[in-house]
Amino acid sequence: MAEENDEETWELRLYVAGQTPKSVTALANLKKHCEQHLKGRYKIEVIDLLVNPQLAEGDQILAIPTLVRKVPEPIRKIIGDLSNEERVLVGLDVRPLIKK
Amino acid sequence: MPSFMQEYNSSVAPALPQLPKALTGIEGLDEITDGGLPLGRPTLICGSAGCGKTLMGIEFLVRGIQEYNEPGVLMAFEETGEELAANVASLGFDLKALQDSKMLRLDHVHVDRSEIEETGEYDLEGLFIRLGYAIDSIGAKRVVLDTIEALFSGFPNQAVLRSEIRRLFRWLKDKGVTTVITAERGDGTLTRQGLEEYVSDCVILLDNRVIDQITTRRLRIVKYRGSTHGTNEYPYLITEDGISVLPVTSLRLDHQVSNNIMSSGVPALDDMFGMGGFYQGSSVLITGTAGTAKTTLAASFAEKTCVQGQRCLFFAFEESPQQLLRNMKSVSVDLKSHVDAGLLRIEASRPTINGLEQHLVTLHRLVKEFKPDAVIIDPITNLITVGNIAEVRSMLTRLIDFLKVSGITAYFTALVSGRGQQQEMTDEGVSSLVDTWISVRDLEGIGERNRGLSILKSRGMAHSNQVREFLVTDRGVELLEVVVGPTGIVTGASRLTQQLQEHAQTLAAQQEADRRDRELERRRRVLEANIANLRTEFESVEEELRQINSHEQTRQQTLASGNQRIAAANPPRRNAPTDGENDR
Repeated sequence: MAEENDEETWELRLYVAGQTPKSVTALANLKKHCEQHLKGRYKIEVIDLLVNPQLAEGDQILAIPTLVRKVPEPIRKIIGDLSNEERVLVGLDVRPLIKK
Repeated sequence: MPSFMQEYNSSVAPALPQLPKALTGIEGLDEITDGGLPLGRPTLICGSAGCGKTLMGIEFLVRGIQEYNEPGVLMAFEETGEELAANVASLGFDLKALQDSKMLRLDHVHVDRSEIEETGEYDLEGLFIRLGYAIDSIGAKRVVLDTIEALFSGFPNQAVLRSEIRRLFRWLKDKGVTTVITAERGDGTLTRQGLEEYVSDCVILLDNRVIDQITTRRLRIVKYRGSTHGTNEYPYLITEDGISVLPVTSLRLDHQVSNNIMSSGVPALDDMFGMGGFYQGSSVLITGTAGTAKTTLAASFAEKTCVQGQRCLFFAFEESPQQLLRNMKSVSVDLKSHVDAGLLRIEASRPTINGLEQHLVTLHRLVKEFKPDAVIIDPITNLITVGNIAEVRSMLTRLIDFLKVSGITAYFTALVSGRGQQQEMTDEGVSSLVDTWISVRDLEGIGERNRGLSILKSRGMAHSNQVREFLVTDRGVELLEVVVGPTGIVTGASRLTQQLQEHAQTLAAQQEADRRDRELERRRRVLEANIANLRTEFESVEEELRQINSHEQTRQQTLASGNQRIAAANPPRRNAPTDGENDR
């Protein structure tokens, strides 16, 4: 177990563009994964680029939906609707808690 | 005079309805595209590395802002804004200032494969939003996507990417922005990722070729839907003012002509032309072997032009200005004062300093700057060192066209190599393009060389057919009177011999004539004496005759009076006075 990770709060930012099916799926998937593996240690911020288009530049967003892990460093990005749990965890560098 | 130069292309398209176009402001490009890029549609610029794709894109934006007041968005996928700004600063493009004045928006899109994990479905709506936001925030009319192909390295899912790119171009069209997309040239295809499939309105190909160690950049419009365009490969250059495309070959021969005459600077040479010189705006070629005073003739022309208050631009590819001035002074062609007066400008450089196109551009620039009435290039043959014959020929064609269209008299010298049948051929084969062609050559005779000059052609005016010997004296170029000997024209020492001989002959003839005159006089006098004799003789005969006549008369009278007297002494009988009886 990586203890140092446990102490930190994970700041996650999900970029979406309106309530598209992909965005809705992505948000649902994200919440599910976080509840499962990062319970109590995460913060999700959803940014709708249709409302705030100027924010796209800052995080170099091209694809929608994109999940950005701001903290812990380094920044990582996961694009897609986050349907593949394993790849999301690898992408976020989260170790699954379920085992043992 | 050069004022119609800029407008000549505008006359190319008559009243037919035209695809709306956005002027690029890039020198020359608007002419070959017949008015710019398709308005509100995407244009693909492809080419290999180092072609100036990005530069062309940026120039399109900057000119759009500066000249047409159309804000632009630059979305750079490869370089950051700072890098781009630094790269183009040397061209005088201040991207920072343009950004500050809200005319330009720079968005650097950073795509890094290693940072991105892909899970499930996605699209590139983020890119659309960014671009849309950038466009809307400044009301952009022009967009440049610099190497959008970088996306292919960032996103593994090609299917999504391709459909998204297709959607992007559609979306840009709907937005009505004129877009330039740059792309790397692929192997055997126009672009590495086949973007030409998506951008079907206008495709421009840039090419960077090295031939004989000289790089020439060329541009070609591969397609331009719904518009006419130049189809050739046009050389272009990246100069300190940006990109310059050279579309100089005017598609139609419809330039204005002038009836004004320009003197050649050598009075006797002017006399050989029916109109006393060259037409203004025509092109003159002087060919000759080495040392036949081509440069001197050119300098005489330059001097004459300046003396008449016109401006002359002299490109010297062999001599430095100082050397030229000194050398020409020795034959009493004073160029220095005209240089000082600003009427003459001498541009001397080795031809090898630049590629052909660079020379052409320099020439264009100087002509636009200096606005000369005459341009001299001495000699055009030296350009062959920087290109092959075909290239030089095409460059000269464009050059002659350009000068003609601008109404500038062009005066070229060309060195012809060797003797014999090649004499009247120029290496560049431009002789068919020029209006007036003067040939100077060595006339090698008995142990000496003399210079001969003849006019091979002069369009639109009568001209002498004689080969004239000329001398370069310290008073300039002088044409000598024609002396024709038994075997053609004679020159040099033979000319003197011939002249002496002729003199002796004249003298002898004169003496002969005098002798004949005297002889005639003598015979006249003899005849006159004869006539006098005869007349005397005639008179005496006449006298004699007259005497005989008068004797006869006297005799007759005496006879008659004798008869009367006899009759009076014997009167006739009365009553029978008949004649018959009288006789009895």
